[in-house]
Formats: sequence, structure tokens, C-alpha cells
Amino acid sequence: MSHSSQVAHHFEDIEQQNESLVLGMWLFLATEVMFFGGLFTAYVVYRTTYSEVFHEASRTLDFTLGTVNTLILLVSSLTMAMGVYAAKTGRRNLLPLMLVATIILGLAFLGVKAVEYSQKFEHHLVPGAGFVWPGGNPPHAQLFFVLYFIMTGMHAFHMVIGIVMMAMLLVMAMLGKFGPERYMGVEMAGLYWHFVDIVWVFLFPLLYLIDRS
Amino acid sequence: MSTQIAEADALPRPNYLNVKRSILSWLLTTDHKRIGILYLISITVFFLAGGLFAALIRIELLTPQADLVESDIYNRLFTLHGIIMIFFFLVPSIPAVLGNFLLPLMLGAKDLAFPRLNLLSWYLYWIGGVFAVVVLLQGGVDTGWTFYTPFSSFASNGNVVLAAAGGFVAGFSSILTGLNFIVTIHKMRAPGLTWFRLPLFVWAHYATSLIQVLATPVLGISLVLIMVERVWRVGIFDPTIGGDPVLFQHLFWFYSHPAVYIMILPGMGVVSEVITCFSRKRIFGYHMIAFSSLAIAILGFLVWGHHMFVSTQAMYTGIVFSILTMLVAIPSAIKVFNWTATLYKGQIYFEAPMLFVFGFLGLFTIGGLTGLFLGLLAADIHFHDTHFVVAHFHYVMVGGMVMAYLAGLHFWWPKMTGRMYNRQLAALAAILIFVGFNMTFFPQFILGALGMPRRYHVYNEEFQLLNVMSTAGAGVMGIGYLLPLIYMPLSLFVGKRAGANPWLAKGLEWTVPSPPTTYNFDHTPVVTEEPYAYDNRLHAAGMGQGE
Ligand SMILES: [Cu+2]
Repeated sequence: MSHSSQVAHHFEDIEQQNESLVLGMWLFLATEVMFFGGLFTAYVVYRTTYSEVFHEASRTLDFTLGTVNTLILLVSSLTMAMGVYAAKTGRRNLLPLMLVATIILGLAFLGVKAVEYSQKFEHHLVPGAGFVWPGGNPPHAQLFFVLYFIMTGMHAFHMVIGIVMMAMLLVMAMLGKFGPERYMGVEMAGLYWHFVDIVWVFLFPLLYLIDRS
Repeated sequence: MSTQIAEADALPRPNYLNVKRSILSWLLTTDHKRIGILYLISITVFFLAGGLFAALIRIELLTPQADLVESDIYNRLFTLHGIIMIFFFLVPSIPAVLGNFLLPLMLGAKDLAFPRLNLLSWYLYWIGGVFAVVVLLQGGVDTGWTFYTPFSSFASNGNVVLAAAGGFVAGFSSILTGLNFIVTIHKMRAPGLTWFRLPLFVWAHYATSLIQVLATPVLGISLVLIMVERVWRVGIFDPTIGGDPVLFQHLFWFYSHPAVYIMILPGMGVVSEVITCFSRKRIFGYHMIAFSSLAIAILGFLVWGHHMFVSTQAMYTGIVFSILTMLVAIPSAIKVFNWTATLYKGQIYFEAPMLFVFGFLGLFTIGGLTGLFLGLLAADIHFHDTHFVVAHFHYVMVGGMVMAYLAGLHFWWPKMTGRMYNRQLAALAAILIFVGFNMTFFPQFILGALGMPRRYHVYNEEFQLLNVMSTAGAGVMGIGYLLPLIYMPLSLFVGKRAGANPWLAKGLEWTVPSPPTTYNFDHTPVVTEEPYAYDNRLHAAGMGQGE
């Protein structure tokens, strides 16, 4: 593959192109931080105001499944990082393997999440007309679950996008499109995937662990 | 010399406009200049729509009774006027049209860092725009552009979800533009073009882009929460089912206050360029103007609470926000003083772009100073939700940003099209807009101070005289806005050829032919001098005459 074919016409050289891509990705992640930041703000406000019922509601979440999912995601970050390493060092067989592993772990996470969601339906803990809260202060207990569903739902949505990206990268990797000279696609997907993981690292304690001290 | 140019003109010189002619070549273009033109056409369409709603509002307000429309329709009129003008005209105006066109040219680059992303921004803009049009066709929305809860999420009978979705998508268009600009400014500068050799237009866009990237997502999530609350009827902001409406106001203004700087900083960039060119003088206090753009962007994030002085916000919070609001006035004032100082002992040319800039200086100063009234905790209790607020933000947004947008459009039009418009008509338009604008909005300061609330179409008899004056002024201003719509397009066919540098201006964009070629520069330029290296003694004979 010739050098020039990888550099778009408006860039001087590959360094300028790569640096631009990485900076662009970081800026995109900054917008994502602000996007989730709005949700976290809402969470902080309501948890401080309705602290007691938020603790009670938190106890109904499935601690075991949440922990399993956290582990799954952390391992998927490892496989993703190894994928980036494989792309950079030109290990053409390792890269698809790691991408497949990341995809499987991502899907496993979503599967566990689906189980948790269905449990909420069974227990009438989904906000809306069917919401039943045995304890006191049902409106604010519902608020906890509204935030739970929006925050984890938004997170899951980002996971789905990540998995689709991974699948596209997998096809490209199997066609041998990546190598030490050309790995930015994998690198940027990696940045995105780690970001999504970090969001979960904050969501997990805020939603599952606040009443487990 | 002249024979050479005549020969060159006789040949069909390839430029970005004539290189390909099919509609598809425009719709799929990744050329930043063509995308700028696409935005120019798009925002003009929305400006006309928003202007039409404004006209209907002013006609209704001619009399104290309801005669043209009923309350419900009136609510929809000012809501659509606000949403369209803010999200579909003001936010994209200078960045998406002039910024897109000029940034790579000013930086000595062939294009923005991400040309395809740039095109995607334009499509996202239009997807948001189509949502707005659908809302309109289905009867509109009546929440005001601020979407305040719980009215928007439960009580409103308008198309809140669609309107919010439109704002959400248009927001991403704005985010991607900002992202593209930041990366371009960081990574695509020509050799020798250090940060302090950048035109102030670029500095202003850098500051704007920071706000776009960091504030707009918060608007996005607020709109998502409104949609969730409205569709699933669960309490997030509605106090009757556990929510907190003031939280929405905090989230909304966390974006929407910085957003007013998205809507003014690029205009300040234009003013800096135009005022030096037509004073034939280096700008006064380059570094101060550059840093004041950043200061405005940063401080702008810390003042949102001044919109909630009367919304159960704690008194001490209000005091802090009031003080912080006063602080933003400092960098804005620094700019105004520096521009004025630039004129001192300059060689001033009263070309149309300069007339628009003079209009900007007067109107923005009034708008900024009346902003202090509103930022003062005590005074705001009286002025809150009156026409005083309406007058204030129109002085900044229309008197400031629209004036600057027109200044920029008139300044770079010869570069964009290769043609010069009718300069007498342009000067007339600038004067008409300035006079009409003051007639329209100055009476509204008085109306507000007297206590006429905003967003009502029925008012006390004693307010009629000032309202009639205001509507008459709107008519004058409307004619002023229609004039460019005639002479600008006309110039494409009958205008004189402009040449590469009709204003004898400094800056890389004036070193390439008008219109530029697709890749802007044949060779990457090397920058060796400071910006605005105008020679005071040079007599700019023949300015605006073309070649
Ligand atoms: Cu504000």
C-alpha cells in the first residue's frame, strides 16, 4: 500500500492526518462527557434531595448481575486494548480475534442488561402507569427508576453503536486493511469503547452500590 | 497588466463554483466553500420564515386588542420565530457560512480537517429543519423557544416532541461544526502561521467552537429528558409527580446562556477583520481581543443562573450569578474599546461592510449595557419577562450578530462569488436597517420599563403609541433586509468582476483568486508577517472598483 493513498488530499502528511483524527475523537468524547454530565447532574440533584428513597430503590437492583456486567465490561476493555496493540504491531491474526472477543463481551453485557430490565418489568418497577412501589414516597422512588432506565439505556445505546463499529472493523480487519501504517480506525474505536466503559464505571456505584456500605 | 487580466478573464478560469455544475455535485460536495454556500442558501430560507413570523407578531401588536390572531396562535408565532431564528439562523449564521468558507483560506489549508463530517453537519441541519417544518405544518408549538417545563412536558398542546427532536438534531450539526473547526485550527495552520499571527476571526471561531462542543450536548440531554417525560408521562421535571422544573431551567440555561456567545463571538470576529481593513490600520490590542474571546467563552459557562433570579433560586446563589454576570461585561467592553481605538488616526472608508460594523458597534454597546440592567439582581426583578428583555437580546442578537453577519457577507461576497454588488444600495441597506432597528426596538426598552410583559398580545391602551412606533420601525428594517436579497443575487449576473483583493485587505484569503479554486492554494503558503499589516500611509485608491 503506498503512502500517499492513506493521506487524504487536504492533509500534508500522515502525521497531520492521524493527529487530527485523534484530536477530533477526544473532542467528540468531551461532548459525550457533557451529554452524560447532564444526566449525572440530574442524578446528583435528586439523590441529594430524596436521599432516603434513592437508597431504598437502589437496594432493589440486582447486585450480582451488576457486578458480573462490570467485570465483563472491564475485560472487554482489555481485549479492545489488545486489539489496538495488535493493529499497531501488525499482528494480523490477533486483531480479528480480539475484535470478536470484544463484540462477544459487549453482547454478553447487553444480554445481562436485558435480563435485569425484564426483572424490573416483573417487579413492576418500570416507571409509568404500571409502577408499584411498596415503600413510602412512590413518586420519588419512580424518579430513581426513571434515572436508572435513562442512564443505563443511554449507556446501552452507546454500546450498541460500539458493537456495530467493531463489526465493521472486523470485516475490514479480515480483509487485511489494517497494519502498522494504518490503524487509526481501530485506535479511535478503542478510545470510544474505553469511554463507554468508564461511563459504566461511574454508573455502577451510583446506581447499585449506594446502599451497600 | 490589464491586458493579461483581460486574457485571463476571457478563459473560463476553473474555480470552486464552475468546476462541476450538476445538482448532485453540490449535494455531495465536501468542499468547505461549497458547503458554506449551501448553508448560506439554507439559513436565508429560515431567516425569511422567522422574519415572516416576526412580521405577524408586530402586526398583531399594532392594537391593544386581539385582532389578527388569538392567544393560542400568538404563542405559536413567537415560539416558531424564536426556535427558527435561534437554532436555524443565528447559531449557524456566521460560523457555518463565513467560518466554513473562510477558515481554511485564512489558515492556508486546502479544506477543513474533516470535509465529510462537514457535509454531514449540513444534512443534520436540514434534518432538524425538516422537523421544524413538520411541526409548523402540524400546527406549531406554543412553549416559547425555552421549552419550560412542566408546561412543555404536560400542559402544552403543541408538537413539543417533534420540535425538541428538531433542536436535538440541529444541535449535533452545531457540535460537529465546532469540532471540525477546533481540529482545523489546531492542526491545519500553514507554516509560519503561529497562534498570534492568526486573524482574530479565527480566534473568535475557536472560542465559539469550544462553546459549541461543550455546551450543546447539555441542551441535547435536556431535550431528550423533555421528550421522555412527555412521551412516557414519568416525572422528571413535573413537580406533581416528583420532578423539579427548576432543574430543567438550570440544564437549559447551562447551554442557552453560552449559546448567546455562540451567537455573538463569530460576529465579533467579523468586526475585527472589517474594522482594520477599512481603517487601513493594524488592530489596536490584538492580544487583548484574542484573549477576551476566550474569556467570554469561559466566563459564559458560569453565569446561567441570571435567568433564574425569580425561579426559587437561593438569594446567595443569585448574588454570585449576578457578580459573575458583571464580569462577562469586561471582556466584551475590552473588545469595543479596542475596535474604537483602532479607528483613531485611521484612514476610514465608509464602504457598506464598514457601515454595518458601525451599526454593530452602536447597537451591540446598547445591547451589552442593558444586559447589565438584567444581570443586576435587584433591577431584574422589575425587568424580568418584560419587553425590556426582548429589546435587550434583540439589540445583541439582531443589532449585534445580524449586523455583523451582513458586514461579513458584504465584505467577503466578492471573494465568494468573484463579483461586486451595488455598493450604493448596500450602503442604503445598512442605513435603513440601522434606523429601522432602533425604531423597532428602542421603544421596547421603554415599554418594558413601563411594565409591558413579553409574550402577551393583549396590552394596556397606554402602550399603543410605542407599539405602533415599533411596528413602523420593523417595516423600515424589513425593507432594509429585503434589499440585499435583490442586489446580492443580481450581482452574480451584472456585478463587476471583483478581482482577488477588491478591498486591498490583508490576510491569506485575499491572496488567492476570487472565486478561489477548489483546493484554495496551488502551493501551501508560508506566513512571514503579523496579521493586519496595513500600511497607514497607503492610499487605497480604487477600492471596491475591481480590476
Ligand atoms: Cu444569559
